[in-house]
Amino acid sequence: MPPEQMPPPPLGGFMARNRAAQPAALHPPYKTSVWRSPRAPLLSFPSSLSEETGPVFGQSLLGPLDADLLSNFAAPGETAIGPRIIVHGRVVDEGGRGVPGALVEVWQANAGGRYRHAKEGYLAPLDPNFGGCGRCLTDAEGHYSFRTVMPGPYPWPNGGNDWRPAHIHLSLFGPSFAQRLITQMYFEGDPLIPLCPILGAVTDAAALQRLVATLDMQATIPMDSRAFRFDIVLRGRRQSVFENRKEGL
Amino acid sequence: MPPFIETASQTAGPYVHIGCTPNVCGIAMYGGDLGAVMKTGPVRGEEITLTGAVHDGMGAVLKDALVEIWQADAAGLFNTPHERRGQADPNFTGFGRSAGDMNTGEFTFHTVKPGRVPWPDGRLQAPHVSVWVVARGINIGLQTRLYFADEEAANAEDPILSRIEHRARAETLIARRSGPRAYRFDIHLQGPKETVFLDI
Ligand SMILES: [Fe+2]
Repeated sequence: MPPEQMPPPPLGGFMARNRAAQPAALHPPYKTSVWRSPRAPLLSFPSSLSEETGPVFGQSLLGPLDADLLSNFAAPGETAIGPRIIVHGRVVDEGGRGVPGALVEVWQANAGGRYRHAKEGYLAPLDPNFGGCGRCLTDAEGHYSFRTVMPGPYPWPNGGNDWRPAHIHLSLFGPSFAQRLITQMYFEGDPLIPLCPILGAVTDAAALQRLVATLDMQATIPMDSRAFRFDIVLRGRRQSVFENRKEGL
Repeated sequence: MPPFIETASQTAGPYVHIGCTPNVCGIAMYGGDLGAVMKTGPVRGEEITLTGAVHDGMGAVLKDALVEIWQADAAGLFNTPHERRGQADPNFTGFGRSAGDMNTGEFTFHTVKPGRVPWPDGRLQAPHVSVWVVARGINIGLQTRLYFADEEAANAEDPILSRIEHRARAETLIARRSGPRAYRFDIHLQGPKETVFLDI
């Protein structure tokens, strides 16, 4: 939907962030967090227009292959190597309302666990037909979808022998800058999940479980791609008493 | 227990630039990186450059951070369809994203000096830029604000700046003039100069 036709977001400031469901800034098993985590308490304030507004992106931003990581970097007629999957889900706010027009950016390793990056030196080879990034906008109900290959797990320097579970990184823009979110989705059944020091920073078991995408046979395309479902919740605004009264009149 | 709880954040990791600024890491995509250009034509107001770096608790500069800014135009209006107070400058996006220089870690934004935006109670806030920082080792994105050293009067009555108990800490939110129409703003994740981070 074009930005100019988007319904205005609900009135009212943002509800305080539910920090219990978020990772702590400092999680020593994830060693890089030790020198990159603030020590002073965060300063709490009610939101103002500066946080309640945010950049809004329209369909004109997107190219036809942006959401297709199988082919958006591939030579004509070629496609990325690896198990073909669809990742899809719904973006809602904490009031359960679908978030239309949310920009979802994704990046990931290739099927062998290798990123296309100058600082990456893992033995697994690059796939000449896989760039590793894509993006899409949610539809009027908040649904998003992209096609890609299943990323491989990869080793990383942290402990002596740490491996990241297979994962896809996601960045989300709701209509408010206060909703900015970067997260990672994991895959149901991956035995590396309980071993991961990064995922271990999420100590709330239910919050961790919500980062795990589930196999969705309904959305699978026979003889083509499996599908995984990953729903995302962005921060929500409190409904003011004033707004409720107005609706009741 | 509310039925919908915000999805847990996870670190942006060392390869955030593949997803958010692919062209910076040599992946030609999208016809250019999102947020690389904030001015799409002639803009109203004072054009300025914001430069800085993100420092860790040992004083080292991060070379794998991603910094985003969001701000009002020179008249204090936001370029979004949800702005109800007027029409923002159509040639100014208000949104910037910088991967930082791959060798020095320095980020740069070519922007305009923002106008004043009201606080929920109607008071005017001092001119400011909302800043969001993610990187490897940062488990949840850090929000802060950039204010301007040459706005003493407005800064003194700003609802956020004036409520910071320790004056030395308030200074961490002030960008200094570093040249004509240029300001410098360093972000310290930890240590004696730790930036005030916000929970808004
Ligand atoms: Fe990763």
